Amino acid sequence: MPKPFHTALAGTLLLLGLWSPLAQALTITVASFPDLDRAARAALPRWRALHPDIEVKIVSRQYADHHTAMTAALATGSGLPDVMALDLRFIGKFAAGRGLSDLGAPPFQAQQLRAQFVAYSWPQGTSPRGEFVAMPADIGPGTLLYRQDLMARAGISEAELTGSWEQFIAAGIKLKAATGAYLLADSTDIRDIVLRTGLAPGEGLYFDSQGRVLVDSPRFVRAFELGRAARRAGIDAHATAWTNDWVAGFRRDKIASQMMGAWLAGHLKNWLAPASAGQWRSTQLPNGVFASYGGSFYAIPAKSEHKQAAWDFIRFMCADAETQLQSLRTLDSFPALKAAQQDALFDEPMPYLGGQRARRLWREIASQVQAVPVHRLDALATDVVRAEYELVVSKGKDIPSALADARAMIEHRVRRP
Amino acid sequence: MKTLLRQLGGRAAAPYLFVAPFFLLFAAFGLFPLLFSIVLSLHQWDASAGLGAMQWVGLQNYWYALTDPWFRSSLGHTFWYGLAAGLPQHLLALPLAYYIHRRLKRSRNFVVGSYFLPYITSSVAIALIFSTLLSKDFGFINLILPGAPRDWLGDADYAMPAIAFVVFWRYLGWNLVLYLSALQVIDESLYEAATLDGAGPWQQFRHITLPLLRPMIYFAVTMTIIGSLQLFDEPFILVDSESGVAPAVMTTAMFMYRMAFSYGDFGTASAISWLLFLVIAALSWGNHRLFGQAGGEHGR
Repeated sequence: MPKPFHTALAGTLLLLGLWSPLAQALTITVASFPDLDRAARAALPRWRALHPDIEVKIVSRQYADHHTAMTAALATGSGLPDVMALDLRFIGKFAAGRGLSDLGAPPFQAQQLRAQFVAYSWPQGTSPRGEFVAMPADIGPGTLLYRQDLMARAGISEAELTGSWEQFIAAGIKLKAATGAYLLADSTDIRDIVLRTGLAPGEGLYFDSQGRVLVDSPRFVRAFELGRAARRAGIDAHATAWTNDWVAGFRRDKIASQMMGAWLAGHLKNWLAPASAGQWRSTQLPNGVFASYGGSFYAIPAKSEHKQAAWDFIRFMCADAETQLQSLRTLDSFPALKAAQQDALFDEPMPYLGGQRARRLWREIASQVQAVPVHRLDALATDVVRAEYELVVSKGKDIPSALADARAMIEHRVRRP
Repeated sequence: MKTLLRQLGGRAAAPYLFVAPFFLLFAAFGLFPLLFSIVLSLHQWDASAGLGAMQWVGLQNYWYALTDPWFRSSLGHTFWYGLAAGLPQHLLALPLAYYIHRRLKRSRNFVVGSYFLPYITSSVAIALIFSTLLSKDFGFINLILPGAPRDWLGDADYAMPAIAFVVFWRYLGWNLVLYLSALQVIDESLYEAATLDGAGPWQQFRHITLPLLRPMIYFAVTMTIIGSLQLFDEPFILVDSESGVAPAVMTTAMFMYRMAFSYGDFGTASAISWLLFLVIAALSWGNHRLFGQAGGEHGR
């Protein structure tokens, strides 16, 4: 080897040696997905000021990829981040294994923070075994967002939309006749919300606390009946949420309302339907229902080597009012922390919603929502119920036998040793 | 380097060292996953609990999959796609290749290129274009078709033919290129001799082209069988997995994916993959009986 090379090598090694104390500053990895990753990025400058000794590296993947990657990481125990962002619907599945730390246990003692959070968000982060595995960052109090201009043209009042389900469907027929627009993106919107109504305490969506399958209970019959009535009335666009048709429906004034988490208002404003600004309004879900849609959580893998730093970061993202408010401003996400909900921002009129002070309404809804326990087979039961419902509305299968089939199918899967 | 080589056994070891990278990579990314999936198919395993949570269940996963209504219906869908998309691919690609080979001279490369283009187009682009074309309220197809708008991707009766069409459209060019390349190596003098003997174009196709294409037909049909039975991309990207119609158009490969990544049952998913392998092997063997035996026997 030539001499200059040796000199350069020695120099580099020396430099590395000198820099090593800095290079060893603690770095934690946060695995996240859009849009939640933007909230974390926006919070980083404040984090650095508060914790100069802990570097945060954010690894972001697309929503589905993120949860698949986390499944693989938990399975193999390699490639795990220190902080794992989780969407609500994956908590049941991820909590079934023992891959996530119990944040209720020492050294975390998350229970001390419980009173500071919206009541229903806490059980959502709790596993069926009672371990608190995921800390709520944002929640989705359910609301009915509707196009005030289209309703006015059809002569439909807000009271007609929020009355009984029968009134809601009748309003849809009136709207279709007057404007040609659909009241619903898909009849499944009604089905899914009615499914979430009238649960007995401790009862999950598909399974009771003993793990018994509930899909042929009156709740499901009613949900299927109302969904079918909406489909027969021709008031839904047959557009599944987040598909091209769904987006086009909003942009072309063809879908006039959507029941979803309050966070949808932010999506409508930012990209779904910016052109119809000022025409949307938010109100209560029909039939006096209180429900929630989605939510984002943070968990710590049991194998993380920097649990304390990870816990500091999670508390910073979830239990710090200033960070929570910053997330609200960045994403229009709805804070799970009650202190953040007392900010003056909640009393500000929202121009996209025609100057409505909708966050007050959402805060009220959030305080009324009841938590629904999750089960590890919820995703599977959802698929089975959806498939049977499809047979009911498009192939004319009768509801009792559809629900009996759904029950048999889910039990087949549950009955594993 | 020399000393290292000597330590490892001198020149005699050199060839093994040169081929080692392939075998190492194959062992890590080919052989190990294969063997691991056999082991996995005999265990019940909730992936989120880590490797320590594997429980031996013997052949239970296989039995469980075989008795699952969705597994059986997904197999039915897979065969349906195989026939509806696979058969026309060959029935059209073969005569088309013959026509292009015999008739087109100057425009041949352009025409073949056009047919081949869908094969090399990314799945995402195909999904975007076709979901736009097939949209119920805003799509071009419904615009030009008379009658009430059809829910192409939201109704199983329409979604399955729509998906089969996309698969057919995508792989026609691939088969065309296969057949064309086989046609190009057929000795031209055979056709000249046949013409002298008074054989017409149909007789030449029937008695010269088809028998000589037999090895290629065997190869192309085998590829279609394997491809059809592993069909995943097109139905997965065209029909939203959240929609109720998704299970009604689901292929076995999609069911396997769902079993693992949605329901977290990796053991059963592995068992399904091995059951699928058995089906592919059986069909490939049948295809071999049909087209493969005379492979290469030109003089028969």
